[in-house]
Amino acid sequence: MVTGRAPSAGRLGPEELRQLAWRVAAQVVDPEIPVLTIADLGVLRGIDVQDGRVEVTITPTYSGCPAMNVIALEIEVALLRAGIAEASIRTVLSPAWTTDWLTEDGRRKLREYGIAPPRPGGGRRLLFGQETIACPRCGSEDTHRLSEFGSTACKALWRCAACREPFDYFKCH
Amino acid sequence: MRGQDGARPTKEASLTTTSITVAETPIVLYALRRADDALILGHRLSQWCGHAPMLEEDMALTNIGLDLIGQARLLYTYVAELEGRGRDEDSYAYLRDAPQYRNLLLVEQPNGDFAKTIVRQFFYSAFADLYWRAMTASHNATLAAIAAKAEKESAYHLRHASEWVIRLGDGTEESHARAQAALDELWPFTGELFEADATERELIKGGVAVDPAGLRSVWSETIGGVIREATLQTPASSWMQTGGRRGRHSEHLGHLLSELQYLQRTYPGARW
Repeated sequence: MVTGRAPSAGRLGPEELRQLAWRVAAQVVDPEIPVLTIADLGVLRGIDVQDGRVEVTITPTYSGCPAMNVIALEIEVALLRAGIAEASIRTVLSPAWTTDWLTEDGRRKLREYGIAPPRPGGGRRLLFGQETIACPRCGSEDTHRLSEFGSTACKALWRCAACREPFDYFKCH
Repeated sequence: MRGQDGARPTKEASLTTTSITVAETPIVLYALRRADDALILGHRLSQWCGHAPMLEEDMALTNIGLDLIGQARLLYTYVAELEGRGRDEDSYAYLRDAPQYRNLLLVEQPNGDFAKTIVRQFFYSAFADLYWRAMTASHNATLAAIAAKAEKESAYHLRHASEWVIRLGDGTEESHARAQAALDELWPFTGELFEADATERELIKGGVAVDPAGLRSVWSETIGGVIREATLQTPASSWMQTGGRRGRHSEHLGHLLSELQYLQRTYPGARW
């Protein structure tokens, strides 16, 4: 038995349990970009309830993203805190995650955090095409790429020529 | 054998002291080949960590390595599922000997100088980008899903390597010479990219795999365009190396594996 279990979760009907699990899981944040929840990112794909057991479905951003293990653990811990002990995490690969799933709210939060959000509908970019990325600090589009690969798998490093600040850009994927 | 620090033996410890053998059904062999490509190239790139010519490149090479190791993990996990013998991704990475590895000879070639690492990545990524994009239409849902992730990643890998080939080739006399030497040295390893043996031809017929030979002309155009822009020369066709897909490797793979597998071979079943 799990002690300290919230008394309510056990008595909930399947739909209420599903909604509670969603609310709880949706608050888990990305360990690398803590202003974004996994719901903002589109990493949280769904919650199923079967015989009182909760199954959380998530999808990885990049194949090798080290944050995924932490995210799965954080979901389990969050659910446990909410009194949901009977939970499992399932990872699905298809459909493949895309930055288009990032919510509008998520894009705003990224910008405020100093990370230029990916353009929606970026899709498969031209290999040598030009990208115009607005500086998340001053808004100038006079920016250029310093490095294709940044501090995490999902980011590139850019610099603004107007305010001279370097910034992270969340790559289209 | 247990390590002196008392690495906790697990249930499997007695099994993990020796190499495993894999029942290579066509689909298992297919997935192992791609997983091994990704793991070995990913490991090679990880060897640049802390040694790249500048911080940005240190991050780039390790990021690309991380993507590749991620792809390998997905493929090995699928192999484990297919085998159904309670193995996991680590079993395949740590407990097979060099002749059991099925990767391309290209990816096991030593890092050499920066130009060689970039050219190796360039040849591979230009292929992987096309290959995984075509594989998104595979009739095998798991492979199609893995391909859908890998193709997005490889597009970035190709762009990165292409920009460097141009910068090095059209750079100084020294960088030009080194880039050309790398092209010439690695060229005989590119033929293997387009090979398909009888096993794979069956999978191609069934719509599970794609025929790599069909990607050759686009690959040649892609790399040719970049090489021209870099003021370098595409090497003339020559005799091509082969054997990696059947486990006949260059001497470099054994050395790589002795480093990659050291911990699990010395402290079998060690976990942390």
